[in-house]
Amino acid sequence: MTSELSEAAPANGAAAAAVLAVAIGSLVLGVCALAGDASPAIAHVLNVWNPTGPLSGVTVLAIIVWLVVWFVLARVWSGRNLDLRRINLLALALVIVGLLLTFPPFMDLLQGK
Amino acid sequence: MEITLRDAVTVVHGMFFGALLLLAFTGAAMGLYAVSTPVGRWNITPAQQRRLSLYVALMALLAWVTVLLGAYAVYPWYRAHPPAGLTDLSGFPQRLLMSSPATAQWHDIGMEWKEHIAWFAPISLTAAAYLVARYGAHLHSLPSVRRALVGLVALAFLSAGVAGFFGAMLNKYAPVRGGTRIVLMHGDSHDK
Repeated sequence: MTSELSEAAPANGAAAAAVLAVAIGSLVLGVCALAGDASPAIAHVLNVWNPTGPLSGVTVLAIIVWLVVWFVLARVWSGRNLDLRRINLLALALVIVGLLLTFPPFMDLLQGK
Repeated sequence: MEITLRDAVTVVHGMFFGALLLLAFTGAAMGLYAVSTPVGRWNITPAQQRRLSLYVALMALLAWVTVLLGAYAVYPWYRAHPPAGLTDLSGFPQRLLMSSPATAQWHDIGMEWKEHIAWFAPISLTAAAYLVARYGAHLHSLPSVRRALVGLVALAFLSAGVAGFFGAMLNKYAPVRGGTRIVLMHGDSHDK
């Protein structure tokens, strides 16, 4: 057995922060994708780089939110042991919603198209 | 034998970076299973742990390069608008697909989904790489962290797979083509 394996396992707070940040970033990506699809005004705002169009704003915003949430949660939760099972379930739900919101037939369904 | 610049960049995006990423998932799955299974696991040394972390980190980097190249080089060519009155849409893949009911859904569902879902891969793989680096040697004793890691890698595989499938199909029906011609090889046909 290696010396690393004999050490105590680190607290799971950092893992919880990473997982929940991914889930929130995924949800933001889905919400922004839907908003850009549903509203020409929002699509115009999200068009931060014209050759790529609204996709540029959708992804930049999602990445910023993901990284900020990760940074903040990591600062708050690092070194703590949390109920990661519940956080995993919450993250799973958020990711599923985020995925659904990027799926065009579901987008159309929500918009009544 | 020639290829256009846009073809070449699209090939690098999909057939090189994208396909390499999809292939890399098998190695990651086996490595992570071996170190994290509670029974009969691979007792990883610190040096091996660093290499496994590097492997997953390189997957995340590959995913970032793939989506950035796709979104900021290939996609603008794909969605370019043709001049008014142009009837040959072969240089404008999005418009070419949308010009026929038989192919419009490849854009409306295929590209519209691909352009968004692809981003789930680098985001989730970055978090996965972090978890492997931080918890790698302890994954066998942390079932919730292990489940989270498996979920992140599965999400990345699903999103990369969907993006890769639609990318391949879109390029069959409306290839991104144009720009400088690159001559790969000179020569006559042997079938004369």
